[in-house]
Amino acid sequence: MILTRASTSPATVLRRLSAAAHWLTSPLLPEDYLSLINPLWATRELCGRVEAVHAETSDAATLTIRPGRGWITHRPGQWVRIGVDIDGRRHWRTFSLSSAPGSSGDCVTVTVKAVRGGLVSNHLVRHTVVGTVLRLGRPEGAFVLPEPPPPRLLFVTAGSGITPVMAMLDGLRLDDVDGPDIVLVHSAPTPDDVIFGRRLRSLAARHSRLRLHERHTRAEGRLRPADLARLCPDWTERSLWVCGPPAMLDDIAARWTGPADGLHVERFSLAPAAAAGSGGRVRFTRSGRETEADGGTPLLAVGESAGVLMPSGCRMGICYRCVARLRSGQVRDVRTGQVHGETGDMIQTCVSAAAGPVEIEL
Amino acid sequence: MPATFHPASIDTEAFGRELDKIRDEVLASLGERDAAYIRGLIAAQRKLELAGRALLFASWLPPAWAAGTAALTVAKILENMEIGHNVLHGQWDWMRDPKIHSTTWEWDLASPADQWKHSHNFVHHTWTNVLGKDRDIGYSAMRITPEQPWHPIYLAQPFYNALLALFFEYGIAIYDLELERIPSGRKDPKEAFAQARAVAAKIRRQIVKDYIAFPLLAGPAFLPVLLGNLTANMARNVWAHTIIFCGHFPEGAEVFTEDRLENETRGEWYVRQLLGSCNIDGGRLFHIMSGNLSHQIEHHLFPDLPSNRYAEIAPRVRALCERFGLPYNSGSLARQAGSVWRRVLRMALPGPGRPPAAEPPARTLKTAA
Repeated sequence: MILTRASTSPATVLRRLSAAAHWLTSPLLPEDYLSLINPLWATRELCGRVEAVHAETSDAATLTIRPGRGWITHRPGQWVRIGVDIDGRRHWRTFSLSSAPGSSGDCVTVTVKAVRGGLVSNHLVRHTVVGTVLRLGRPEGAFVLPEPPPPRLLFVTAGSGITPVMAMLDGLRLDDVDGPDIVLVHSAPTPDDVIFGRRLRSLAARHSRLRLHERHTRAEGRLRPADLARLCPDWTERSLWVCGPPAMLDDIAARWTGPADGLHVERFSLAPAAAAGSGGRVRFTRSGRETEADGGTPLLAVGESAGVLMPSGCRMGICYRCVARLRSGQVRDVRTGQVHGETGDMIQTCVSAAAGPVEIEL
Repeated sequence: MPATFHPASIDTEAFGRELDKIRDEVLASLGERDAAYIRGLIAAQRKLELAGRALLFASWLPPAWAAGTAALTVAKILENMEIGHNVLHGQWDWMRDPKIHSTTWEWDLASPADQWKHSHNFVHHTWTNVLGKDRDIGYSAMRITPEQPWHPIYLAQPFYNALLALFFEYGIAIYDLELERIPSGRKDPKEAFAQARAVAAKIRRQIVKDYIAFPLLAGPAFLPVLLGNLTANMARNVWAHTIIFCGHFPEGAEVFTEDRLENETRGEWYVRQLLGSCNIDGGRLFHIMSGNLSHQIEHHLFPDLPSNRYAEIAPRVRALCERFGLPYNSGSLARQAGSVWRRVLRMALPGPGRPPAAEPPARTLKTAA
C-alpha cells in the first residue's frame, strides 16, 4: 500500500524516533547528549572540526575544516560565518571558502589573513590547533560563477581577495580544451605575501588557458584601471570578477565600460563614514539588557558586548541576516552617516549605530 | 552579629562603591577559565545523569539501584541549582553561547524558565525580604516574622512546610501563578491560566519521562526505575528547599517594610541585600551542590556574576562588612537549617508581641501592621 510505504519512509521513521527520543531527554534535545560524544553530530548548531592548519604566508593560514551534520554543499566563491570562542567569548566573522566542494575530501577550507589589531583573524591564524571545534553558518553569497562558466574570465584580486577566486579556480576544469580562457591579476605587497603564491604559479605554468599577472605593490605601486587595460586589453569584453579592498573595487567599477551584468564585485570590509555623531543608551527589550553606545559602533557589536544573542551575517550591510525591529529612537548608518529610523523599522544592526537613545526588540 | 544595627550610622554609599569595585574587577577578568568551568560542569552533569539512568536499568542489583538513584539525584540537583538557576540569572550570557544563555535555557523543573525569570530574578531579587513585595517571604502561606499577623492556620505550618519540601518544585510553580492576586484584580485570570497551561505542559513531559518512558524502557525493572526516579526528584526537592530556606530565613536575616524602598540608593540596596541574606559554610563540593546559594550574600549582591566566582570574592565581602561594621550572617548548614525550623515552629504560634533582640530593629519596621 502506498500510504503505508509513505508513512514508513526512512525520513519519517527517523523523525518519529527523534520525537520519541525527545520525550526521554526533555527539556534538552537528544543532540545535547549526543554532542557529548561528538560535537559534529549536533544539527541545531552546526559545528566543524579543524583537521589541519597550513601556513600560506607569514600572516595567512588555511584551515581545513570537517563540517558536521547539516552542512550544505557550498558553491565556489561563497562565504561562511565562523564562530570561534576566544577567552570564553564567542566571536563571529565571515570568511570566503577557499576550496571547491569535494577537492579536500569531505572537508572545506577557509583561508584567513591576520589583519592588524584583528582579534579573530589573528587568533585563527596563530592560535588555532588541530581538533578545535568551530561554529559554522551556512554557505552564503552570490559571488559565484554561472553554470556553464563564461568563455572569457578576468579575475582582479588583492590580498586575501584571492580566496573566493582560489575556490573558483579549484572548481574549474583548467585542462579542458573547451574550458574558459582565464586572466588573473592579483596584487600583494611582495612575492612572499601572495597567498597561494606557489600554487597559483604552478597552475599557470601547467595550464596555457590560465594567465597570471602578479602585481607587487611595494615595488610597483597600486594597480590602476589603466594598468588593467594594458595587462589585459580586452578587459571590458570579459566577465570581470573583482575582490579586494573597497578603494580598488570602486576604482574599477567607475572605469568599467562593459555590460553592467559583466562586472561582479565582492566586498570584504565595511568602509565607515568619516564622522560619527553622538551615541546614546541602547536597550534590548526582549533580553532586558541596557548599555551605553557611542555613535560609531554598530549596534550588533554593542549588543554582543552586552551578552545579547544578536543574529548576524556578513557584518557589512549586505546580507540582512542581522535585521531587528526598532522599538524607539533613531540610528545612524555607519557607512553613510545618514540618521534614520521610525518605530517598527527593521534595521540592519551591523551597519547601524545609536543616534541618541535606542530600543531594539532583541 | 550586633543585635542593634543602625544602617543610618554607616557610610552606605562608600560601602556600595567598594562593592561596585569588586563587581567591576570580576567582570573584567571573566574569560577562558570561567567558560571551561561551566562547560565542564554541564558535560559532567549530563554524563552523571546518563550513568544514573543506566545504573537504574540494572536495578535488580540493589547496589545498582542505590548508586543509580544517588547519581540521578546529584545530576538533578546540579541541573537545577548550580547550572539552571545561575544560567537563568544571565551569569553566563557574556560567553554569547546560545546553548548556555538565559534567553534560551530551559530546565528540569516544573516552573517554565520564563515565569521563573520574572518571579525570581525580578520580583524576589529586586524586593528581597520586603514584606508585601518579595513573594518569597514565607511563600505567602507561611508566617516567618512577627510582623505578619497570626492566624490559626499557621499552627499547621510546620506540617505543610515539610510537605512543601517534598513537593517543592510543584509548590514553586503553583506559587508563581500568583493565584491569590486574582480576586483583588491585581492579576489577570487569563494570564494565570496561560501560565498554568505552560506549567502543566512541563509537568506532563516530566511525568512521561521519569514515571512512564524510562520505567517502560527498563522492562522488568519498571518499578525500581520508577521508584528511583521518584526518590531522585523528591531528594532534589528537599535539598533545594533546605538550601533556599537557609538563604533568607535563619535568625538574624532582616525583613524590611516598603517605606525602606523610598528613594533607596545603590548603597542602600546593597545593604538591604546583605542584611536579608545568609550564607552557609562548607567546602568546594558543598558550594557546587548548593548552586553556590551557600554564598547567598554574594549572590544577592551580584546576582549576575558567575557563581564560580562567589567563593573567591566572599572573603573580600566579609572583610568589607567588618570594616563598615555591617553584619555578615554565615553558619553551618545544621545551624542555619535548625534556625529556620525554629523560626517556622515559633511563628506557628501567636506572638511574640515585640521583636526579640535579634530581630530587625523597630526603626526599619515603623510602618509594619
